[in-house]
Amino acid sequence: MQATATSATTAPDGTAATATPAISLRQVVKTFGDFTAVQGLDLDIQQGEFFSLLGPSGSGKTTVLRMIAGFELPSSGRIDLAGRDVTRKAPFERDVNTVFQDYALFPHLSVAQNVEYGLKLRKTPRTERRKLVAEALEMIRLPQVADRLPSQLSGGQRQRVALARALVLRPQVLLLDEPLGALDKQLREQMQVELKQIQRTVGITFVFVTHDQEEALTLSDRVAVFNDGVVEQVGTPEDLYERPGSRFVASFLGNTNLVEGALAKQLTGSEALLSIRPERIHVRRLDEPVDSDGLSTVEAVIEEIIYTGPSTRYVARTAGGQHLIVQEQNDSRASGAQRGDRVRLQWSSRFNYTV
Amino acid sequence: MRLSSSAKVTLRVFAGLVMAAIYLPLLLVILNSFNATTSGAFPITEFTTRWWEAAFHNEGVREALWTSLRVATVATVIALLLGSMIAFALSRYDFFGKNTVNLLVVLPIALPGIVTGVALNNTFKTVLEPLGIGLGLFSVIVGHATFCIVMVFNNVQARLGRMNKGLEEAAMDMGANVVKTFFHVTFPGFRSAFVAGGLLAFALSFDEIVVTTFTAPPGTETLPIWIFNNMARPNQAPVVNVIAAVLIIVSMIPVYLSQRMTGDDKK
Repeated sequence: MQATATSATTAPDGTAATATPAISLRQVVKTFGDFTAVQGLDLDIQQGEFFSLLGPSGSGKTTVLRMIAGFELPSSGRIDLAGRDVTRKAPFERDVNTVFQDYALFPHLSVAQNVEYGLKLRKTPRTERRKLVAEALEMIRLPQVADRLPSQLSGGQRQRVALARALVLRPQVLLLDEPLGALDKQLREQMQVELKQIQRTVGITFVFVTHDQEEALTLSDRVAVFNDGVVEQVGTPEDLYERPGSRFVASFLGNTNLVEGALAKQLTGSEALLSIRPERIHVRRLDEPVDSDGLSTVEAVIEEIIYTGPSTRYVARTAGGQHLIVQEQNDSRASGAQRGDRVRLQWSSRFNYTV
Repeated sequence: MRLSSSAKVTLRVFAGLVMAAIYLPLLLVILNSFNATTSGAFPITEFTTRWWEAAFHNEGVREALWTSLRVATVATVIALLLGSMIAFALSRYDFFGKNTVNLLVVLPIALPGIVTGVALNNTFKTVLEPLGIGLGLFSVIVGHATFCIVMVFNNVQARLGRMNKGLEEAAMDMGANVVKTFFHVTFPGFRSAFVAGGLLAFALSFDEIVVTTFTAPPGTETLPIWIFNNMARPNQAPVVNVIAAVLIIVSMIPVYLSQRMTGDDKK
């Protein structure tokens, strides 16, 4: 547990980190018939890291998780766990445990028996087993459901039991396959906080598969963004959001304005693709003075106004025909612009991020 | 879909008629087993339990019953082992010729019993007898096992197909090897289908007559064969009614149980 999340996040990608990575994938390829699910993947996940595999469905992220768990054999390439080659090892020979998307709790066993199962296989003495199961149920704050069957639990309770069942074995790595996907929004947000707390307490490496970019940004120390079987970018949530490495990353993580051609040239002097986050842009009246240096400005007509509570979303159209989305906080500086108004859009030039 | 009331009445009458056609003759057999006259004349003027006593003490019946029980038990055990093993292999693994194997396993149920019977008869007489395995209890058991396997296979395969394969992965994930995973997770998952298939197999074997005729050596009689051989004998006819009545009741039990069991899992 010395390898803290912070030291792991500062470890540069691709290059050898000081400690042996918890998981290391080298040139991993997985094909199903003609379909290539994962193409030549290199990835290092550090000890104690909360690492997310983010991408749309079919992007290969779940296949990567299943290869780490041992449910799928890579077509080629190599997988190391803590420096040991496990590429061809069976799931039961690897020190990783999985929280499944549908939880996969054994329906014929009680909650306590489910949690106890892995310990029994390891021949942990009975008294020790009892103690560990009780602790695990305490950790997920569900000691009262020990004797119930999984079918008698709510979705959120099942999710937590699945987590306890995997964590009670204290694996080097915990794999989580969209574990919050089946929960409603409120419960999901609550579970996100709990997951993060549990991960910090136990100090185990978490590998978290999700298609929800917000979830990935909220929870992770680092995120790998998957698209069509390749990793587009690996980085901290801030890296990915502020400095997207590709058009896909820029548009998949949150909303963004992608600008190229004439307008890009006007803004930066180059026609290269730009990403400008909608919340960086402000709406100002044309007669308002430009109040500081280092601003990018462009005139536009407001075409659409969408009120979303804490903020208002404007769709503006520049003279060149480019649409820009603006997300404006509904605070004292709100412009109050109306549909059809000619306005000046302005933002600090450092938010012009060349993709 | 709503039906008009006249359609409802018509359908009810038809359903009643069909049910009557099936179950009245069965009821008649049970009544006749208490009929005092040997000819089974109707209406019954005098009831007696004489035939039940006679049947109970009849050596031929006892022997046939013992034979039937042994055949059905062994055929069912074979069917349970092989049927569920094939079902497991076909639903959990990919291999060359998988679909062909599937077809070959199910085919015997569609094949006329007489074909199976003749084929096995020839095999035992011409090929196996010179090797010392002639027609006997063994050949009857093999004959029955051919269709009993299908009963178990169909039930178990359907269940395995519906089972969450994630459960098996979860067990392996926690350290269970293939064998432990099977006995801790897979088998409990299809246990009721396994038992239901076994009960059906047993019931099917117990009243089988066609395949048995061709695979039993002379002098070996299962209960259905004994009935068939004794029906025509006037003084045995009432005893046959008793055996038929017993068979009706005995065969209903496993079918009822297997229906209830498969119904239970649909939570």
